[in-house]
Order: sequence, then C-alpha cells, then structure tokens
Amino acid sequence: MINKPVEAGTCEGGIRMKALAGGYARARDVAHALDLLAQADGLGRVLAGGQSLIAAMNMRLSTGDMLVDISRIADLRGVAVVDGMLRIGALTRHAEVGADPLVAEHAPLLVQAVQHIAHAAIRNRGTIGGSLAHADPAAEFPACVLALGGTIHLQGPQGARQVAAEDFFVDVFETAIEEGEILTAITLPLIEHGERHVLIETARRSGDYALAGLCVVKRQAGHRVSAFSVGPRPLLALEAMARLDKGDLTGAVAALRGEIDPPSDTQATAAYRRHLAGVLLSRAVNDLTGETA
Amino acid sequence: MTEAFRDKIDIALTVNGEAVEARVPAGRHMIDFLRLDLGLTGAHAGCEHGVCGACTIHVDGQAVRGCLMLAAQADGTEVWTLEGLTETGVIRDLQDAFVARNALQCGYCTPGMLASIKELLDQGGVPDRAAIREHLSGNYCRCTGYEAIIDAVESVAKARAGEAV
Repeated sequence: MINKPVEAGTCEGGIRMKALAGGYARARDVAHALDLLAQADGLGRVLAGGQSLIAAMNMRLSTGDMLVDISRIADLRGVAVVDGMLRIGALTRHAEVGADPLVAEHAPLLVQAVQHIAHAAIRNRGTIGGSLAHADPAAEFPACVLALGGTIHLQGPQGARQVAAEDFFVDVFETAIEEGEILTAITLPLIEHGERHVLIETARRSGDYALAGLCVVKRQAGHRVSAFSVGPRPLLALEAMARLDKGDLTGAVAALRGEIDPPSDTQATAAYRRHLAGVLLSRAVNDLTGETA
Repeated sequence: MTEAFRDKIDIALTVNGEAVEARVPAGRHMIDFLRLDLGLTGAHAGCEHGVCGACTIHVDGQAVRGCLMLAAQADGTEVWTLEGLTETGVIRDLQDAFVARNALQCGYCTPGMLASIKELLDQGGVPDRAAIREHLSGNYCRCTGYEAIIDAVESVAKARAGEAV
C-alpha cells in the first residue's frame, strides 16, 4: 500500500465524506463580511456555528463554497432589551439563548425550544441566526420567531432592512435573505402581563427532528399558533388561532389539521403527522389553561 | 478566486496544552486535523454529520462536535482531546468507573462519551438518571445498551459530591 498524504477533498473509492470548500475567509466585522460576500461571485456562503452547513459540506450536499466565517464578529452576539424590544444577536448560540435571563423573562418559548434542539454539544456551537437563515422546516427557532411575531434584521450592500417573520420563510431552506445579505439579529416584542408560551413536539428520540411540533403563544390580543415539521416552512395557523380566540378547541384542532400540508417520509405518514398536530394542539392548550390532557 | 479567500489557512492554537501551528485546507474538519495531521486518534470520525457523537472534543471549555467544526475555525482556541484529558487525570475516576461497570465494549463511542460526560459532571451536583440519559442522547453506543454507561456516570457524580455510591 502506498503511503501518501491525505488531502481533504479527495474521495478515494467514492465513499469518504470530506468537505470540499472553495475557499475560506474570516470576517472582522459586518462590513468586512459584506465585502467578502460581494467578492465571492455568488459562491459566498456565510459560516456561523456551522452545525448544519459543515454537515452538508461533509456530505457533499454543498461544494465549492466560498466560506465567509462570521463567527468571530462579537457585535453579532448577545441579548439585550433595545428600544422596547428583545434583541438577540444572530451569533448567539443555542446554549446561550437557553441560559439567558432576558430570554427566559421575555421569550420563554425560545428556552423551551432549546431543550429540543439536537444535543448539548451541538447547542454549544449552533447559532439562532444560523437556524433562521438555514430555515429547516423541522427547526424550532423559525417557528418560535413566527409565533412570537418577531422581526428579522438583515444587512446588505444597500444597507440594513427588516423583514417580519411572516414574510421571511419562503420555502424549504429558502428565506427572504437576498444575495450578499447577512442576518444580523432578531427582535421580539417584550412579554406582556399574563402572556403564556408553550412549545410542544414529538420526536422519535431526544434531539431528532420533530415529526410534528407547535408553538402556542397566548396574548391579550389573542392566540398565535405556528406549526413546524408539517410542511415546507413554518406555518402560522390563522384559522386555528381564530377558533382558539373563540374558545373553540375542537374547532381549532380540526382547523389546524386542514391548514397544514405535512409530508410522508420514512419517519411518519402525512396522515399521522396531521393527526399528531391536532393532538399536540389539544395538549398545548390544556397546558396553557392548566388542565391535563 | 479573490485573494481574500484562502484554500489553505494558517492557524495557531493549543491542543492538550501544547502550542500547535499548522496550515490546513479550507474544508478540513477538526477530527481529520487532529487524527491525520497531529496523530491524535483518540477522537473518532464516525458519521461525520453530527449525529453519532464519537468525535466529541472540548474547544474553549465546551464539548463540541469535532466533525462540525473546521480546523480553520480553531485558530486561537484551546482544544482538549481524550489524550490530554487522560494525561492530566481530570477524568481518571470516570475512566475507572467505565472499566468497573463494563460501560464499554468495542470502545468506539467511548472517547466521545467521556468528553460529553466531562461537561455534564463539570456542572456539579448529581444529575438524575433521566438527565444523564438526556445529556448523552447525542452519543450513540451500539454495544452496551447504555445502562452501564448511565451507572458509571451516576456513580462518579455521587462520589464527587461525597454521596454514598
């Protein structure tokens, strides 16, 4: 056997899983990151926590990327209350979101979500901005931000802009982020008196993708319900929300089952997911009202 | 490609307490860097997409997936692998408990298990069995059925807390 140096990117026998990056650059700040993306000729790929991107690269689902590593930009990390809103920097890691006192006070939904996201070692590196920008239909954070009526902050060559969560998630892994833009932060309304949050999901094993999941937010103005892992993107279940506002849980369950369009796969059939979503809504609402399902 | 992007990146970090300088390909993940470039074969490359946990190492005091971190991102970090954790003796009691409880068979998952468990034990207190199981949900073992591993972790947590085992 010839002993030769191993290069990342070689694929001997076609079975080795090795990432094939086009190049790597570490951004000093947001302006530098935008400049790097502009130089990448459309091949630019923002690298934050890397917990989805590097897996995709290892599996060669993504090759030739010009990686713009933003993970050292300190300005994009941390939680604060700014101008009457809860602002969470894009690079705030899942474990940090889960342990942050301001998040616990104003967005307990996110703290509940963190407990369901993958595993401890992944929560130590994965970032909330990365989760939103990646827009996995099974991910918890996108559905949370949708249920909370959050705003996503983007920065690009033309300056900064804001997108409401309702308009942000477009399709599977597809968002309103334009070429050359970076997600910098999310803002959420501060919690009001008596507001309640419940995140509920069913997965086959702890840390697996949910078969179906729901976020339920109860405010004075009414209920907000988002569903995840039951369609190509997190869905705001408007009809179910309207029924819940009228105190009609049975109607809300039926409405939710009609509003979602879940896929069938090796984990569960569409019919099972549809049934499950309704069961989860009953449990979540019972949890809100203190009754046992 | 523009000059700003490199296909080889110079990094300087500490691995198991020793200063290391290297030039790594952009797509090289930490486990290949540790195993192939530094000869540190303690951490294992299993699934290479973040599911199995065999590659778990410590970076800047936290357990992370070595397969989901590029070596290029490790510039300036402090990395500990099973080799260093063993040499310094910080998990000696845990390793002894693994042997005493038969908490490993083939041993493939063990370095990742130990790295994950170290983080849990460092938090202090005595986690209940459900909490131990949950913490290790991202570390697959295909031999033991996990019970012996939970036993080992529980016994070490109790011993460190001064409780009867």
